[in-house]
Amino acid sequence: MSFYIKYFIIAVGLFAFSGLFALFGVYAERKISAFIQDRLGPTETGKYGVLQTLADVLKLLIKELIVPKAADKLLFMLAPAIIFIAVYMGFAAIPWAPGIAPSNLNLGLYYIFAILSIETLGILMAGWGSNNKYSILGAMRSAAQIISYEIPAGFAIISVVMIAQTLNLQTISAQQGILSADKASFLGIWDVSANGGILAWNIFKAPHLIIAFIIYFIASLAESNRAPFDIPEAESELVAGFHTEYTGMRFAFVFLAEYSMMFLVSMIGVILFLGAWNTPLPNIGSLKLADWTTGIVWGIGWTVIKVLLLVGVQMWIRWTLPRLRVDQLMNLCWKVLTPLAFLCMLISGIWRLWVM
Amino acid sequence: MIFKNAINGFTTAWKGLTITIRHLFASNAKRKVTPMSDNNYFKQLEGTNTIQYPAQKLEVPEVGRYQLDVEIDDCIVCDLCAKICPVDCIDIEAIKATEAIGQTSDGTTKRLYAAKFDIDMAKCMYCGLCTIVCPTECIIMTNQYDRTVFELKDLTYEFSEMTAEEAAEKRMLLEKQTAERQAAKLAAMQKKEGDA
Repeated sequence: MSFYIKYFIIAVGLFAFSGLFALFGVYAERKISAFIQDRLGPTETGKYGVLQTLADVLKLLIKELIVPKAADKLLFMLAPAIIFIAVYMGFAAIPWAPGIAPSNLNLGLYYIFAILSIETLGILMAGWGSNNKYSILGAMRSAAQIISYEIPAGFAIISVVMIAQTLNLQTISAQQGILSADKASFLGIWDVSANGGILAWNIFKAPHLIIAFIIYFIASLAESNRAPFDIPEAESELVAGFHTEYTGMRFAFVFLAEYSMMFLVSMIGVILFLGAWNTPLPNIGSLKLADWTTGIVWGIGWTVIKVLLLVGVQMWIRWTLPRLRVDQLMNLCWKVLTPLAFLCMLISGIWRLWVM
Repeated sequence: MIFKNAINGFTTAWKGLTITIRHLFASNAKRKVTPMSDNNYFKQLEGTNTIQYPAQKLEVPEVGRYQLDVEIDDCIVCDLCAKICPVDCIDIEAIKATEAIGQTSDGTTKRLYAAKFDIDMAKCMYCGLCTIVCPTECIIMTNQYDRTVFELKDLTYEFSEMTAEEAAEKRMLLEKQTAERQAAKLAAMQKKEGDA
């Protein structure tokens, strides 16, 4: 019985976390965009406008849930739930600290990528169910984009998995620090198993993984429908894309899914490439910085800091680069990122055979 | 070719990113509000650009051409402003006086009472034609531009100082005078006819 209660608490906790993160994320996004554009952002609601997103959520809660007359009601009403649940389920297999993971799956990475693809289905349902030309155009673009970008993202991830030799995210995390059971070497030459820190992170263990990380990061932007790859929303052409017809809490769920997706893809990037919950500080001689800063609390802290930095970079990119055209998007995916990702995978194989 | 394009894309994107990050961490000091006449007005490139309106206000010229104001003591109730108004926002009701009732500050004799002088600022398009045609320059534009009201009727400015009783009294006097004149005229005509 307590078994079920524990899982229930974990599920509620993750939901609360994604909700809180969305609150924080929207506020941060508005402030960052404002400062980038020499504006002030929200200032009136609470000190420095910190209560603005809370007020927005209250407004969304009160608003009427409108279902268009011509809509396919079942699809229309189910879509936000499916979009959100697909992203939310992804959190189940993510490790937060040594020994702390909601579910320690040995196929964790595979599971996350499988469950995230379901989001496309939700978006297609939203677009089709709305019975609106803008929505269906947005949904079609989104499906094309997400499915295309899963290929470079997938190959970038495979190049990590070939180095790590496991799909278990907790094992991949442990390999990148002092708790590693295997030998870790900086750039394949210098044994840093005892030093740990930033030297043992995947991107420094094998330098071609830096390129793989950049490919993964770009592809993850596209998968979470963020600018400069936000053609499914494309305010200037498609009103709001697939969520044009949504109001109130249904709209809030689509938004929640977007911000949870940002956190999730950043977290996968951190786990696979940037040392997961490992500290960036290495042991230097008798100065055991890595030993001192490894542990459950430190682990959660490092994870959150690294992920928030990556989310910050996502926002920074959004408010800098203009949106790509559909053909440019596909050009980038198929002619640049996919060949590069293949190359990374090839180098990973060679690295595994001859260097490690 | 495609890789050259890709590298070009990345370098230009990076250039843009450095510009935005500079702005992100640049001074987010509040904007110093200086009037347009200031020499540095167009050189304020640092800090935030927002004027936080109710707290900060951009100075407007003293001779600003915003809301209308009427100096009713100088008004001769000629109705020219109401006639020229393109949107008919001025509503005047004149009552003829029984005699000259005084002079405006520029020496024009006043012969009409303004029982009603309403300007609907919600309709006004700020063209300023009324101020041009006014012979005594009693209707002017001021530098007041902010007026927020809860009722639309509060945007109808009433400039007439006459109460309803006063207006009724003047109307009665006018009627009496008209009647007297009518009677005198009639009497004169009858006398003329009698003579003939």
